[in-house]
Amino acid sequence: MGGKKEKPDVDFAFKTVSRHSPLATRHSIWALVLLFAAVPGFSDAPKDSCVTCHASLEGDLAKPAQAFATDVHHQAGLSCASCHGGDPNDDSMDAMSPARGFRGAPKRTQIPEFCARCHSDESAMRRFNPKLRTDQLSQYRTSVHGKRLKQGDTKVATCVDCHSVHNILAVSDTRAPVYPTNVASTCARCHADPQYMQGYKIPTDQAAKYQKSVHAETLAQGDTSAPTCTTCHGNHGATPPGVGSVANVCGTCHVFFAQLFDKSPHNAAFAAAGLPGCVQCHSNHEVLHPSDDWVGVGSKSVCGNCHAQGDQGYAAAETMSSDLAKLKDSYHRAEDILNTAERSGMEVSSAKLELGDANEDLVKARVNVHTFRAEEVQKLTDQGVEISQKAHGAGVAALRERDLRRKGLGLSLIFIVLAISGLYWKIRQIESRAGGS
Amino acid sequence: MAAPRSRLLNWLDERFGAGSVEEFLRHKTVPQHRHSIWYYFGGMTLFLFVIQVLTGMLLLLYYRPTPNDAFESVQYVMTQVRFGWLIRSVHSWSANLMIFTAFVHMFSVYFLKAYRKPRELTWISGMLLLFIILGFGFSGYLLPWNTLSFFATKVGTEMAGSIPLIGKWILIFLRGGEEVTGATLTRFFGFHVAVLPGLATVLLAMHLLLVQHLGMSVPPSVERSIAGGKQPARSMPFFPTFLLRDIMGWYAALGVLGALAAIFPWELGTKADAFASAPAGIRPEWYFVFMFQTLKYLPAKILFLEGEFAGLLGFGLAAAVWIAVPFIDRRAGFGRVSRFFTGLGVFALGYIVLMSALSYRHP
Amino acid sequence: MPNLDPAGSDRPQPGRRWVNLLLGSGVLASIASFIYPALRYIIPPAVAESTSRSVVAAKVGELKPNSGKIFKFGAKPGILVRTRDGGFKAFSAVCTHLNCTVQYRDDLRQIWCACHNGLYDLEGRNVSGPPPRPLEEFAVNVQGEDVVVTRKG
Repeated sequence: MGGKKEKPDVDFAFKTVSRHSPLATRHSIWALVLLFAAVPGFSDAPKDSCVTCHASLEGDLAKPAQAFATDVHHQAGLSCASCHGGDPNDDSMDAMSPARGFRGAPKRTQIPEFCARCHSDESAMRRFNPKLRTDQLSQYRTSVHGKRLKQGDTKVATCVDCHSVHNILAVSDTRAPVYPTNVASTCARCHADPQYMQGYKIPTDQAAKYQKSVHAETLAQGDTSAPTCTTCHGNHGATPPGVGSVANVCGTCHVFFAQLFDKSPHNAAFAAAGLPGCVQCHSNHEVLHPSDDWVGVGSKSVCGNCHAQGDQGYAAAETMSSDLAKLKDSYHRAEDILNTAERSGMEVSSAKLELGDANEDLVKARVNVHTFRAEEVQKLTDQGVEISQKAHGAGVAALRERDLRRKGLGLSLIFIVLAISGLYWKIRQIESRAGGS
Repeated sequence: MAAPRSRLLNWLDERFGAGSVEEFLRHKTVPQHRHSIWYYFGGMTLFLFVIQVLTGMLLLLYYRPTPNDAFESVQYVMTQVRFGWLIRSVHSWSANLMIFTAFVHMFSVYFLKAYRKPRELTWISGMLLLFIILGFGFSGYLLPWNTLSFFATKVGTEMAGSIPLIGKWILIFLRGGEEVTGATLTRFFGFHVAVLPGLATVLLAMHLLLVQHLGMSVPPSVERSIAGGKQPARSMPFFPTFLLRDIMGWYAALGVLGALAAIFPWELGTKADAFASAPAGIRPEWYFVFMFQTLKYLPAKILFLEGEFAGLLGFGLAAAVWIAVPFIDRRAGFGRVSRFFTGLGVFALGYIVLMSALSYRHP
Repeated sequence: MPNLDPAGSDRPQPGRRWVNLLLGSGVLASIASFIYPALRYIIPPAVAESTSRSVVAAKVGELKPNSGKIFKFGAKPGILVRTRDGGFKAFSAVCTHLNCTVQYRDDLRQIWCACHNGLYDLEGRNVSGPPPRPLEEFAVNVQGEDVVVTRKG
C-alpha cells in the first residue's frame, strides 16, 4: 500500500502498529479512523463496532443503535455486547458468532432470565448501583405475568414491555414508562385494550376508572407518593391482592380507617360474606372523593346497599348521617355570622380560632364513621356542635356591640340637638333685636 | 365690644391688616329671597371638606399605603383603635355627602344662573374643584385595598386605556404600571393626601376670594322682580345671622354623619387578591355610576371609534361645554333666562338621575 | 330661609340668659363629644401594630427543648417548636390536608396531625400521610424575653 497522500494515518499506523494479519489491521485502523471522525457521541467511548455498524443500517436494525445513547446502561459504560455478547472490537460479521460469546436477541419467553443475568446477580449489581434490588426475577416468577409466561403465553408483560429496551431510563427519570405518573398508562397499554385482552376474562376498564379517582388526581398534581397500579398490585410481582387482603393494602396509607374497620362489626361480617373490606363501599379503581351523602339512607348512600329499614345498621347509618349534617349546619351558621362581623370591622379572631376546633371535630367524625357505631360519631359531633354554638354566640355579641354604638351616638345627638336649638333661639333673639332697632 | 377683643384685633391689624377684614365681614350681607336656601350648599360642601381633612389627618396616623399593610391597617383602625370605627366611617360617609352637596351646589348655581358675568371664573374654579373632589373620591376608594376597591379601580382605569394614542400612557401614569398593583396604591395615596389637597387649596382660595369680592349672586327673576318694584331688596348680615344659620346646618350634618357611622358603619370587606376573579356586578361608586351605565349601553364600535372611547369623548365634550357655559349663555349675561340652557340643565340632571337609577334597578 | 322672627314679636321668649346658657352648653357639650373620641383615637392602643403580621408566641424559657406549643396568630393557629438543640421553629398549625390543627410529637420528633395521621418534619415538609403540601413556615426572632413570630414575605 503506497504512500498515497490522502491517507497519512493509515500509512503511519500500517508501518508502526501492525503485528496481526494485514487485512485485520487495516480494518482495525479504518475502524479507528471512522470512530474518531464519524461518530462524535462515541469518540470518547471504547470501541463498539456493534453500534458503529448497526447505526449505518436501516429500519429495525438501526433502531437499537440509535436509541442506545440515552439508555441508562450506556451511561453506566456498558455496551451492546454486555447483554448480547459478541466482540465489540471486531468489525466483521464474526463479531456476532457464538465463538465470540454472541447470545443474540432472546426469545420473549427468555427475556426475564436474559435481564436477570446481571440484575439478579448481587456482586454484578454492586459494581454499578449497590442500592438496586436484585429480587425482580424471583418476584416476577410469582406474578400472574411470570406464571403465564412460563406456560408459554407470550402476550403477557415481560421486562422490556414496561421498561422499554435499548433506551431504558432510570425509574426516577420522569420520562421513564415506570415513573409513578406514567405507570397507569404503561399498564393500560395492554390492560385497557379489549382486543388484546380477549380471552383473559378480566375487565379492561380499570385504567379508565382509575383516571377518575382521587388517587390519579393527587398523582397528577405532583404527589408521587399517591398510589398507582403498582402500589396496590406490586410491580414485578404484580398480582391483585385478593379479597381478604384488600383492607390491608388500603391500610398501609389509610392507617386510622383500617384500624377502626378491623375493630368494627363490619370486619367479621364482611369476611364471612367474602366481601372485600374498603373496596365494598369505596371501589378499588374508581376511588372517588367521599361525600357525606354516602353515609345514611339516602339515594346516594352506600349503607343502603346492604341495610334495610328495621335493622341495626340502618338505624346507625341514619343517626350518623343526621349527626354529621347537624354539625355541618351548626358550623356553617357560626362561620357565616363571624364572617359578617369581621367584614363590618369587628374583632372576632379568637372566636374564629376556636371555631376551627369544630371543623376538626367534623373531620374526625367522618373518620369515626368507619367504626360503624353511631355513638362514636355522636360524641365528636356533639362536641363540635357545642363549639360552633359558642362561636355563633360570640358572633352575635360582636354584632350587638356594633349596634350598641348607637347608644353613644344617642348621647352625642342630644348635645347636637341642644346646640341646634340654642342656635335657633339665639338667631331669633338677634333678629328680634335687629327687627326692633 | 369687649376690651380684650379689640386689643387682639388691634394687635392683628398692626401685623396683618386684619382690621379691614373685620370691617368687610361686618358689612357683608346675604340677599334674602325665595331661592336663598341654595346659598347654604356651598358652605356645607366646604364644611364637609374640612371634616374630610380632619378625619383624613387622623386616619393618616395609622394608615399604611402598601398592599401588605393597607387592609390590615384599616382593620386595625376599625377594631383596635378607640373610636377608630367612628373616624373611618365618618370619613367614608362624609366623602359621599360632600360629593352630593357639591353636585347640589353646582346645579343650583347653574339653574339660578349665578355663573353669569362677572362670576365666570368662580364657575370655572368651582367646576375644577368638582373634578378634584371626584378625583379625591376615586383615589380614596382604593386605599382600603379590599376586593371592591381593587376591582373598581381596575375597571375605572381600564377605561382610560381606550383613549387612542395617549390612552396607554394615561393608563400607565394612573396605575404606576400596566396593572393595578402596590405601585398604584402608592400613587393614589400620593394623589389623595398631597397632590389633590394642594390643588384643591389653591382653587378653593381662588373660589372663596372671588365669592367674597363679588358677593352673592341674585337670580335673574328676583333681580327683575326687585327692579320692577314687586318685592323689596331684603338681605341679612352675614355675621352673625347667616353664619349662625350656616352653623345650624353644619351641626345637623354632623348629627347625620354620626348616625350614619353608627347605624350603617362602613364595611371593611375582604382583602384584595389580584389573582382572584372580579366579583359579579362590580360597579364604581354611585357618583360615577351614570357614566358607567352609559358605557354599558354603547355598542362596541360607533362609526370608526371604539365604543368606550366614544363614550368618554362624549362626556369630555359635555364637560367642556358645561365649563364654558358662562361664555356661551349670552342671554344670562344680560340678566335674562335662556330657556335653552335651563332645558339643557334639566336634561343633564335628568340623565344623571336616570342612568344611576337604571344601574341599580338592572345591575 | 325666612327671618325666624320678623320685626320682633310680642310672643314671650326665653330670656337672654337662658338662650346663652342653652347655646353655650349645647355647643360645649357637642364639641366635647367630638373632641373626646378624637383624643382617645390619637392615643395608640396597647397592641401597637396589627397582629396579622407578627405576634409574641411565647416567653423565652417557657418551652423545654423537644417540645411544642400552639399559639394564636390572627384567626389561625400557629405552632412553635423548640428543637432538641434549643433553637426555635414556627409554622402555621393548619394542616394542609383538611385544616385540622397539628401538634408536636416529642416521641416522633415531628409534627403530627391527629385527623389522618399526617406527618411533617421540622422543616415543615410533608413527609408522610395525606398532607399534599408543606406547612407555611414563619420567621422566629428572640427579642429580650419574647419569642416573636413573623409572617415571611
